[in-house]
Order: sequence, then C-alpha cells, then structure tokens
Amino acid sequence: MDPSQLKFAKTHEWVQVAEGVATVGISQFAAGQLSDLSYIELPEVGRQVSAGEDCGVIETVKAASDLYAPVSGEVVAVNSALEDDYDLLTSDPLGKGWVIRVRMSDPGELDALMDSNAYQAHCDSEAH
Amino acid sequence: MRNRQATQLIFELSRPGRRAARFPRPDVPQTEASALLPADALASAPPPLPEVTESDVIRHYVNLSTLNMSVDTHFYPLGSCTMKYNPKRHERWARLGGFGDVHPYQTESRLQGMLGILYEMQQMLGEIAGLPAVSLQPAAGAHGEMTALLVAAAYFRERGEKRTKVIFPASAHGTNPASAAIAGFDCIQLPPSANGFVDLDRLSEHLNDETAVFMITNPNTLGLFEKDIAEISRRLHEVGGLVYIDGANMNAILGITRPGDFGGDMMHYNVHKTFTGPHGAGGPGSGPIAVRDFLAPYLPGPIVVRNDSAASGKSVYSLADPEKSIGRVRSFFGNVGILLRGYFYLRTLGPDGVKQVSEQAVLNANYLLAKLIDVLNVPHGNRCMHEFVASAKSLVERRGISAMDLAKRLLDYGFHAPTVYFPLVVPEAVMIEPTETESRETLDAFAEAIHQIVEESPELLHQAPHSTFNSRPDDVSAARKPVLKWTAAGT
Amino acid sequence: MSYLFNTPEQQQAMLHVIGADTLDSLFDPIPERLRLTRPLDLPPALTEVELEADLSRRAALNVGVSRQISFFGGGVYDHFIPAAVDEVTSRGEYYTAYTPYQAEASQGSLQAFFEYQTLVCQLTGMDVANASLYEGGSSLVEAAMMAMRVTRREGKIVVLQSVHPEYRQTLSTYLTHLNCEIVEIPTPAGAVDVDRVRDAVDDRTACVIVEHPNFFGGLEAVSELADAAHARGALLVGSFDPLSLGLLKRPGDLGVDIATAEGQSLGIPMQYGGPFLGILACREEYMRKMPGRIIGSTIDRQGRNCFVLNLQAREQHIRREKATSNICTNQGLLALRATVYLTLMGPQGLREAAELCCTRAHYAAERLACVPGLKLASSTPFFKEFTLTCDGDVGELVEKAARAGFGLGPTLNRFPGQFDASLGSALLVAVTEKRTRDEIDRLADALSA
Repeated sequence: MDPSQLKFAKTHEWVQVAEGVATVGISQFAAGQLSDLSYIELPEVGRQVSAGEDCGVIETVKAASDLYAPVSGEVVAVNSALEDDYDLLTSDPLGKGWVIRVRMSDPGELDALMDSNAYQAHCDSEAH
Repeated sequence: MRNRQATQLIFELSRPGRRAARFPRPDVPQTEASALLPADALASAPPPLPEVTESDVIRHYVNLSTLNMSVDTHFYPLGSCTMKYNPKRHERWARLGGFGDVHPYQTESRLQGMLGILYEMQQMLGEIAGLPAVSLQPAAGAHGEMTALLVAAAYFRERGEKRTKVIFPASAHGTNPASAAIAGFDCIQLPPSANGFVDLDRLSEHLNDETAVFMITNPNTLGLFEKDIAEISRRLHEVGGLVYIDGANMNAILGITRPGDFGGDMMHYNVHKTFTGPHGAGGPGSGPIAVRDFLAPYLPGPIVVRNDSAASGKSVYSLADPEKSIGRVRSFFGNVGILLRGYFYLRTLGPDGVKQVSEQAVLNANYLLAKLIDVLNVPHGNRCMHEFVASAKSLVERRGISAMDLAKRLLDYGFHAPTVYFPLVVPEAVMIEPTETESRETLDAFAEAIHQIVEESPELLHQAPHSTFNSRPDDVSAARKPVLKWTAAGT
Repeated sequence: MSYLFNTPEQQQAMLHVIGADTLDSLFDPIPERLRLTRPLDLPPALTEVELEADLSRRAALNVGVSRQISFFGGGVYDHFIPAAVDEVTSRGEYYTAYTPYQAEASQGSLQAFFEYQTLVCQLTGMDVANASLYEGGSSLVEAAMMAMRVTRREGKIVVLQSVHPEYRQTLSTYLTHLNCEIVEIPTPAGAVDVDRVRDAVDDRTACVIVEHPNFFGGLEAVSELADAAHARGALLVGSFDPLSLGLLKRPGDLGVDIATAEGQSLGIPMQYGGPFLGILACREEYMRKMPGRIIGSTIDRQGRNCFVLNLQAREQHIRREKATSNICTNQGLLALRATVYLTLMGPQGLREAAELCCTRAHYAAERLACVPGLKLASSTPFFKEFTLTCDGDVGELVEKAARAGFGLGPTLNRFPGQFDASLGSALLVAVTEKRTRDEIDRLADALSA
C-alpha cells in the first residue's frame, strides 16, 4: 500500500476509503513503536463507533495503546487474521495488518484527517 | 538444592484417597445434609481439590518459601515500597485473644479495648498528618486515593460546584489517574519538567473553576521534596480546588513536616509501608485517609468516637457514621490487622522515635546516593529525601547494560532489586529506597555490588540472574497465550 | 529508639561521606516555614515488655471467641483454622516479601498464587480467577463494574435486597457519580421472587447481583436468575460462601458469569473485620476484563516452568486512567492462607465441614425456634445461617446470650434502612463446624430461661 494514497489521524491510524467503507489500520510509525505484541482487542462487528472513540486495544507486555476510530460509522469487518498472528500488525501494517472496516456515516470527517506529508510532519514533531 | 519433588504443583502431588483435615461425624439427629436441602441445590460431588497429606502441604509450601527473597532474608531496596524491617512482636500481639478473634458485629461494650486502640490510631494519624479527621476504612493506598476523591466529589456536589478535573504530574503513581477515573473525574497529566519539580506555570495553565483536585506525592516519586508545595496549594485554593497528598513517601517526613502544614487538604497513608505492616507478598495493605475538618462530614464510616462521662470519669468508645458520609467503601471495619501493627509500631517509637525514623531513612538514602553517584547517573541532583532515582541510560549507551540487567544481576549478589522503569519520566530508572532499618555495612555491601556489576561483561549481565533456580521468564508468551491455572494432563 | 541501626559514630561517618554537617541539614530542601517546630503529640515510647503488658490489658477488654461461644454470622464466621495454615503463613519468606515484580526472586509466592487461582477455579467451577482483591464487598463491586465493561452497559444494575447490606452500600458509594440506576429487588420471603427480577432486567442492565446463600442464610434460585439476566443480555454476578461449596452446586455450574466471595471462611481469623480476602473468578471470555493482579505460567530461558505477573497491560501502572481497576495490591498473605487451607481440606474435608455446618445449623434452628418469643423468619432453605425474629427486644436477647457466654448477631436493626421494617427485631444465627450439639442445647436453654 502506498502511504500517499492514505489519510491519517493524529492518533496514528490510517484510513483508505472505497465505496463508503473505510479500511483502518495503524501507521508504519506506530507499528515501529511496538515490540512484543501480546494481545489485540478488536471491536465486535456491528458496533457503532464515532470518530475519536477508542474501539480497540493493542497490548505489549509492558504497554497498552488504544485504537481510535478515525471516522464514525458501523464496524462492518475486523481483520480476524490478526487474532492468529499479531505480528502482521507490525510486519505489514498498511497491508495484511489492517484492523477494521467502518461503513462511514459522515464522509465529511475525512477532511479532518491528514495526508501523508502532513502526517509525516506530525510524527517528526512528536518524536522530539 | 531445590527440592524438585516437593515443589511440583500441589495438584501434581495429589493422590486419590489422601487427606489432611478430618472432622467428626455430625452429633445431631439428622446427619445427612442431603435430607435438609433441595436436591437441585446440591452438588453431586465436592469440588475437585487436590488430595494431599498435611506433611505434603508443609513440605511443599515451606520449600516454595525458600524461593522468595524477603525483608527477613535480604536487603530489599524496592523504591516507593518502603521495605523496612517488620518487628516480630507485632505478629504476636496481633494474634492475642481479644484482637485476632473478635467479630465485627459484637456489641460495642465488649469491644472497648479494640475501639479505644482504633480511636487512638485515628488521633495519631491525624496528628502526624496535620489533618485532624481520619477514616481507617480504606484497604490500601489506592483505595484511600479513590475514597478521598469521592469525599472531594461529595464536598463539591454539596456546594453546587461542577468540578470535573483531577490534575497530577507525569511522575505520579499509576494509581492516581486510575483512582481519579473510578471516582468519576477527568484526568490531566502535567508534562515532565526538567528539574523534577512541578512546573508552576504549567500547573497554572490548567487551574480554573473546573479544577477539582491536584494529586501529588510529596516527597515526589523522584525522592525530592516539592519546594513550591505551599505555592502550589495556594494556587489550587485560589481557584477553589483541593490538594491531595499521596502519602506513599511519608517515611521521609515524619515529625519533620506535615501534609496539613504544607497545604494538603487530604492524604492517604500506606500503613504497610510507613508503619511496617508486613507486605505479605503483595498485601494486605491499609490506606487510611486524613482530611481537613471541613471534609470530615463526608468521610466513609464507621469512625470511632469517644464519649467521656463526667460522672464516672471514664471514656466510652462507639462507632458512628459522619453526617454527610459518602457511605461505605468496603464491608466491616478497615484492615484492622494491619492498623494494629501500625499502632504497635507508633507506640513503640513515641514522638522522638517517629522523627528518627525519617532522619535515619533520609541519612541512609543520601549515604547510598553518595556511594553510587560515581557509577550511576542521578539526573535530579546529589541529594535526596528517603529515596532517589538513578538512571542507567548512560550505562546502556556506554556498555549496553540496562536497568533490567542491573536489577537481575543484583539478585545474584544476594540483594533484592530496586524498583526499575518507574517513575516513567526517568529513562532506565533505578529507584532505590534503603529505609532506616539497614546498617551502614549493608549499604556498603550493596554499593560495592553495584560497582562490581557495572564492570562485568554485558553478556553475563544480559543472562542474569545466574544463581536463582529460574532464569528470566518469557513474559511475551505468558501474555500471548495466558495459562492462568493448572489443568490435569489430557484435559 | 527501638529500631536504630547505625551507631552515632557511624552516623557521623556517613554524614561525612555525604558531605553534610548535620542530620538536620539533610532536610534543607524543606522550606523552614513548613517545618514542624514542636515534637509530635504522640504517646511516649514503650519497650517491648511494657507495651506487651499494656496491650494484654486492653485485649482483655474485648471478648473474643476464645472467651465466648460464637454463633456470630453476617459474613464473618468462626470457622476452624488448621494449625498448618498459621505455620506456613508465619514464614517471613512469605509475609515480609512484596509484590513479585522480580519473578526469579519470587517464585515461591508466584507459584502459591498460581495454585490459589487454580484452587479458586476448582472451588467455584469458573474458568479463570485473579490473585485476589481486598474483601468480599469491594470484590462484588469490582465484578459489577467489570460487568459494565463486558456488556458496555452503564444504565442499570439489579441487586437483590438479600445481598449483604454493607456490600450494597459499597456498591452505591462506588457508583455515585455514574449515571447508573441501582434497582433493589425486595426479598420479603427470605429469598427473591425470580419474576420480579425478570421484570426489572432490561436492555440497559449490565448485571443482576445475587448472594447465595444470601445474607439471611437462605438459598436463591441462582440458575433461574442466570436465565433471567441472560435473556436480556445482562450478566449474573454472584457472591458465594466458599465453604458452602462443599455441599452446594458451584457458581460455574449454575450459570454465573462472574463469581465473587468473601474468603474469610478459608482459614482467615476474624480480626474485627479485616484484612480478609476478595475472591473473583469469571468465564474465560471475560479474562482480560478482570481487575487485579493475575499470575501466569510460562517458561524461562532454559525452558523450565516458572510463574510471572501476567496480563499487566490491564493494570494501573501501565494503563493509568484506563485501567480495569485502580487496585495495586492483592491480599497476598490471605490468598496464601486460603491456598494452604483448601489443600489441607481437600474434597472430603470440605464436604465434612460443610455437612457439619449444615446439619448442626438445622438442629440449632429447630431448637431456637422453640424458644418462647423466637421464630424462624422464613421457610427458605438455608445452609449454615438463618434468621430469627424476636417478639421482644432483640438487643436484650443478645445481652442475655452474652451473659451466658454466647455470641449472637448481628441484629438487623444494625443496618437501618437496608431491610423491610418487619425485620427490625430480627437477628442472624450462624453455626459453623466448631459448634457442637451440646453448645447449641446450652444456648437454647439459656435463651429459654
């Protein structure tokens, strides 16, 4: 997946939209911060989420990070492959490591997300 | 010399038909419980507990105990935990008939000795805190935090104020935000400051009419006394907020300064730390809270009150609930067994002894700091209160030796490790609290061990400990595929 | 000072190494005007021999069960504690250690707690257990909050009035700030009418809370309550008497989703109400929503079995305000007591003790119901504890028993506003395996006199 085709949230999730459904994952930057993944909690399919709401947890042995929904809508799919192989999240975060799909209720929310350049600048500022 | 046979899991030692406890046959006319209870309530068989003899049990648990380090056997400088010596007299006294064997619902007239002691304990804790109103109910420090925050919430509610924010520094114990969340507040964490103290300007940015409580540990988790605490308190009070003192580090300031005198409105004690309740491999604790008079009506009950009879000259003690109490935070009456040990300790020390505790604790910590500062970087200065936080960051960079390596290797030298990786604001943190109950010789030996360890081969340290029966555990697979109980093979 | 470890000469030498002139100068970081300038107003120091004399005198002012025959109930009981429990838990290696942060130096406690978790699962029939919470009341509240997380419902909790009044009060204290309706279902008959619960549970309800045997001693229809809760997507949270499980069906076999218990019955002295042991166990699918410390089994670098603190990412030191609970300690030493107790009891010991409690309690109920002015408050089946109503002044009855050397109570008027007014003159009577037929006869005679 080419990052330039994606939109990003400040909380390090990426979004790609096709036919009103947003595929959501975590960014390369976020994946690079994770080691020794121990558990991934995903929302149940059918759950309504709103933009900015925590809808999952990514745990390592010594840390836990929330997964925030970048857009509002209904969760229509979760990546069950992650449950068998947590490492997909870190080895291929923009591809096989996608996390959830959300049928968007307000496509206008995409405008609030960053493009890859803006996101890169955001990461640089956080790293300092 | 591990006795591998006896330290198998107790379930693996089980053999059908073995047993320890035996009870007499019922001596009443109806000896079958099954005739007394509805059939659908009865289990067909008792729970499948292990079947072992008493000697199996003793050999198993005595052998297991030898796999532990403890204060009785080793120097245990676990920062933030105050692992001081636990006097043996306390154990005997806590078990005395009349203390260990009284029921919480006995009539007060048959509990006057106990209630009198608990009343005195309230008084002593109030005096040491400089905060006169005390509730002994909370079962541990975190429970005390939550309880005090509920007291604050009730106070604000009564005043018709909507205050939703609890503020704390980044160096706070994790229990502070967790307790605030349970008590229904929103959390604001101040960013770490360069000098380790609360940054007054940053704090002020968050102070307004939504501010409920500022929670602070003092001395803070870096072992520094917050020099601006009086000004912090003034600013909080100016906007109508309250100051909560996390009493985890009271061992530094007993009889020297008091939370109530430096601006705190509420605090909790950790009786198991400061007043030497044994830590019990993780508990029980005891976390009484002390508050200013205007918060007293909201305290959780029961509280012990004293009624003096002018006629007889005698005092009678009874239980009461404060007028606008937040209600109960647990059943019965506090962790009395631990409160008693704290009481015994204070009665043994007296006013001078209590102050000496802190003087000696601070002396020991500063001495150890002076002995270690040439090999361990201490980012926040060359003086401390009762503990200090060193950083192994330069060791990592120079030699690839992490705080974890250092901690694990200390076990080989016969010392329990300090707290590592806390507080979160210091990279590769090594938090050392020697307590007052250690001699100079022990501190010298510990410092010597660290001097030797930092010169050792990094490879050797990465594999440490070498002398314990188990080497480093695989935490990742433990968390990925949790095995939280024993199951019989093949099931 | 009794616990001074460095001689004055050593202290001077240490100050020299530090580069400080006096002990007092070490406190220079504390602003002068914040210092206490007077000695603390505390009683004077006493030596061991002096304090023991004082404490013995004051202990004697309390009438413990060594000086009376206890029929006390209400959640704390005078059960038998085998000597081996004290023997093991008196070892300093256990009671002077702390939280097993360094697994390699704490395998003794860690393995014991892993065994504790297993024993709790065996006892309750639940899938997983934590390494203990504070006590029965706050454990029940933690379970209720856990049910809210599991169901993602915060609107309503349905609790039976037959649940311990202090547990219910604790629940309402914890939930004050939440917009959660706590619906109490009256239990005038000594146990609940399941239809009333069914009517109260709705789609906002996180859980139904039951105690079994309940505060009055009576048995509840737990399986039916589970069905009533599950029918609307709510959980059933149940508080149990661990010793009753020597006879009664286990929560895991009754459809309970989260089981809690006060573990005091498992080898823990009464010590005026604490420290006790909060037991919490649940179904496997809710494992990661559990509060409190959890021990797991794993391997070390040599492939040997060992034990570690596990699933720590739920806990306050990592998740801070998003933790499953603010709890930091467990009740380690009490969990160890329960562990040793249960292994000594085994299945047969537990059953025998439960049978003694049950049969003798029924004998006692029969005898006491014949005492003029006393009668059983309900006909609900009970295990080891029952409720009597008293025609006269119930306080006087308790005094009468006390004068004859018997401990009775609590009386229900101790819990104002918590029960139906008709129970104002009622009291609880509990009969443990320690009480004999002779003692029961003597109590009945004393009350009849």
